[in-house]
Amino acid sequence: MIELSNIEKHYGSYHALRDVTCHIKEGEFFSLLGPSGSGKTTLLRTIAGFEGIDSGSVVIGGQSMAGVPPNKRPTNMVFQSYAIFPHMSVAQNVAYGLRAQRLGKTRTTEMVTEALGKVGLAGYGERAAHALSGGQRQRVALARALILKPKVLLLDEPLSALDRKLREEMQSELRHLQRSLGITFVLVTHDQEEALTMSDRVAVMFEGEIAQLDTPQALYKRPASKRVAEFFGAMNILKAEILGLKGGIVTTRIEGLGVAEIPLGPEADTHGGNKYCAGVRPELMTVLDDGESAYPKENPAIVTDVEYRGELTYYDVKFDGSDTPVVVSMRNTTNREIKEVGQKVRIGWENASAVLLLEQT
Amino acid sequence: MRQMQLDPDARRGLSLISIPFAFSILLLAAPLMILLAMSVWTQDFLTLDRTPTLDNFVEAWTDPIYRTLMLRSLKISIIVTLVTVCLAYPAAYYMSFVAPNNRKALLIFLITIPFWTSYLMRIFLWKVILGFNGVINGSLMGLGLIDQPLDFILYNQLAVVVTLSHAWLPFAVLPIFVVMEKVNRAYLEAAQDLGDTPFWRFIRITLPLSMPGVVAATLIVFVPTIGDYVTPKLVGGPSGLMIANMIEVQFKNANNAPLGAALALSALLLVTSVAGIFVWLNRRYLTSEGAA
Amino acid sequence: MSKRILTTFMIVFTLFLYAPTLLLPIFAFNDSSIIAFPLSGFTFEWFYSLTEADELRGAALNSLIIAAASSVLATCLALLATSATVRYKFPGKGLMIGVIMVPMFLPEIIIGVSLLTVVLLAGLKLSIYTIIMGHTLICTPFAIAILRSSFQQLDPSLEEASLDLGETRFDTFRRITLPLIMPGVTSSLLIAFTISLDEFVIAFFLSGTEPTLPVYIWSQLRFPQRIPSVMALGTLLLLLSIGLLTLSEVLRRRSVRRLGQHDTSGAW
Repeated sequence: MIELSNIEKHYGSYHALRDVTCHIKEGEFFSLLGPSGSGKTTLLRTIAGFEGIDSGSVVIGGQSMAGVPPNKRPTNMVFQSYAIFPHMSVAQNVAYGLRAQRLGKTRTTEMVTEALGKVGLAGYGERAAHALSGGQRQRVALARALILKPKVLLLDEPLSALDRKLREEMQSELRHLQRSLGITFVLVTHDQEEALTMSDRVAVMFEGEIAQLDTPQALYKRPASKRVAEFFGAMNILKAEILGLKGGIVTTRIEGLGVAEIPLGPEADTHGGNKYCAGVRPELMTVLDDGESAYPKENPAIVTDVEYRGELTYYDVKFDGSDTPVVVSMRNTTNREIKEVGQKVRIGWENASAVLLLEQT
Repeated sequence: MRQMQLDPDARRGLSLISIPFAFSILLLAAPLMILLAMSVWTQDFLTLDRTPTLDNFVEAWTDPIYRTLMLRSLKISIIVTLVTVCLAYPAAYYMSFVAPNNRKALLIFLITIPFWTSYLMRIFLWKVILGFNGVINGSLMGLGLIDQPLDFILYNQLAVVVTLSHAWLPFAVLPIFVVMEKVNRAYLEAAQDLGDTPFWRFIRITLPLSMPGVVAATLIVFVPTIGDYVTPKLVGGPSGLMIANMIEVQFKNANNAPLGAALALSALLLVTSVAGIFVWLNRRYLTSEGAA
Repeated sequence: MSKRILTTFMIVFTLFLYAPTLLLPIFAFNDSSIIAFPLSGFTFEWFYSLTEADELRGAALNSLIIAAASSVLATCLALLATSATVRYKFPGKGLMIGVIMVPMFLPEIIIGVSLLTVVLLAGLKLSIYTIIMGHTLICTPFAIAILRSSFQQLDPSLEEASLDLGETRFDTFRRITLPLIMPGVTSSLLIAFTISLDEFVIAFFLSGTEPTLPVYIWSQLRFPQRIPSVMALGTLLLLLSIGLLTLSEVLRRRSVRRLGQHDTSGAW
């Protein structure tokens, strides 16, 4: 649906987009995730046509968008501020883009009613725009964009202005809306949880570059670099020494844990002198109870801190012969005892617990 | 490399501004250049001698009459600016820091209303106030404080200063007020919290932060004052005449436009250089010290 | 303590500001052709006398035409300049807007004589058109100052949203930008109108046989017997200005309420 190829963009001396290439499929919920200043909003605005590009190409639905102004593109956008026109009623806002189609009054009213119904605002048409709550403004912005039946709906941090409860509600609502309409959604967000829960695929951006593009599961399980790994939840970063590579399996000595055989990720490349480290998610290790031995590998360690969080307990442990503190999280099931600070424990893990991560140069 | 290529936004901005900019070039810059050309020509009875000469400027700067008028205009401009800004500052301070928020708009309205009286009328009314049979003399005699009218209050430079200061006051209050409104009130609380008395808080925080408003007010008052024509003519008397009156004489009655042009440009040069020095000094000493 | 001093200062300051203005209606209704105290009685005579002055009618008409034309021209130029500077970055922006703003700081007599010089050299006749040009020049910076704050309060994503929904740039300006900055446009028109109506020096240098109202008043000030009528005229002009100013404020407040915005700006 959207093909972005080798996009470069500068603001003066600031390099906003660096050789961005990605392909967004039809009907997919695609997210651009990154910290502020990573270029995600710039990329979205490039698709919408608000930002020119220095080089590269944007193709939407098979048509090149070079020289096509925003008002001629098959995309519509939900702005971060929602940009509800304050001098118009809800219905006038929603009908705004229909003017050029000259549909006649009855047809326009029908379509507005339908669009408002779809976003759960039936009967709100005559409301003044400024008399709406944050969540309602967002629904109006959605209806206003969707009524034009765009090929692609662009959403620029649409949930960041809402409080937590409303945000979670809107997340699932947006997801359902996208599925039922089958329109391609491109969402910009800085919230990794939001990207993981809503998207089919996520492009993680840092400093104007796409660092990794994959499904939420793959991003979480097999992040390609230390930076991506740290962006998604907690990850223990440990020094790693590569001992050998055979048949896509890297033999690595991991600090504190010892030797592990890790499958090589798609983005990884052990040649070119890149530096690597190992990452282990806290929930992929286990603080073993006495006599428990369900894991292929075990290492002795000492508990240095315990943080009880109800559902989970977080342990800070130090492996014998290592000074790096490692976090292990345990689900508090009925039988499991909570360890104490200073207690000697065994940590159970397996090869699949660890991933090889590219370090930033 | 790609500097000559403008992105569409820059092109759009340039094409939008090109019309008002062209208007300014055509009606401001070009006429000023023509005025400059005129000033180096010579009026030869009814015809213009277009051989370039600096004679008009020499005359404008050496002839005692013109020199006196020029220096007097500068002096009056400086005094008027000082008086205006010194009166405007506490008024702006009151409006911004003392008056309650819901009264601010009303206060601005209140201080601007008198200035919608016709400019000429306002100046003429000062003549009525200061005149021989005027309000001040009338009241003083009515109160038995004086036996005969004071004649030193009209037709002199003092009358010019009072009238001009009055005329410029709101133009000086507004920029200072606007800048003061932008001062973050937390700075004042922080200063007090760190031990400043209200006096030192004013000296160290409010004054330096409001300086940009003072500079704007100074420029808005100072530069145009030198060109004021009506006030000296109405309330100045012979000893209060200013350079603008002479420029008018040269252009109209004396029919010596080149000399008038030279006088006008000299006056402009004089005020802009004084204003330039002021802005430079302010940037150098006052503002930077405040920021440090 | 210092608060009381400031409040006292403010009261004296306001009285000083109002002193000449308060005299205006007093002498306009005073039954004496000499402008001096003590007052002699109440009369409408001076207002009646205005209806008989034909010259006055011509001057007033000239002034209205000039004020209307230059306020519209200045506001249009300011709209162009402001939408360029607030929305876009381009080379030479500071210089260009600087040149456009210069008349705000320039003595009016300089503008008057430089335009006069051009007219003289070109052998043109002085007319109300030259005055319109001069007034547009001095009103534009004020219009820009007013419109700039309107544009800055306007969320740029509103215009982007309109483009995104398929409108052209022109229709976006018509349907979104203009209605939202309308209060600023109205103030700009009214302020420019009032500045032009009141401007004397440029009009004085550039008016030929067709005087404006201030030029007419100036000519009347030479005749002591005409001064009470001038006072009556001044009173009417003051009422007109206050009326226009109040109207602009009322319109502004209404639109602020209608759009549900917070009232942030002052009386203008």
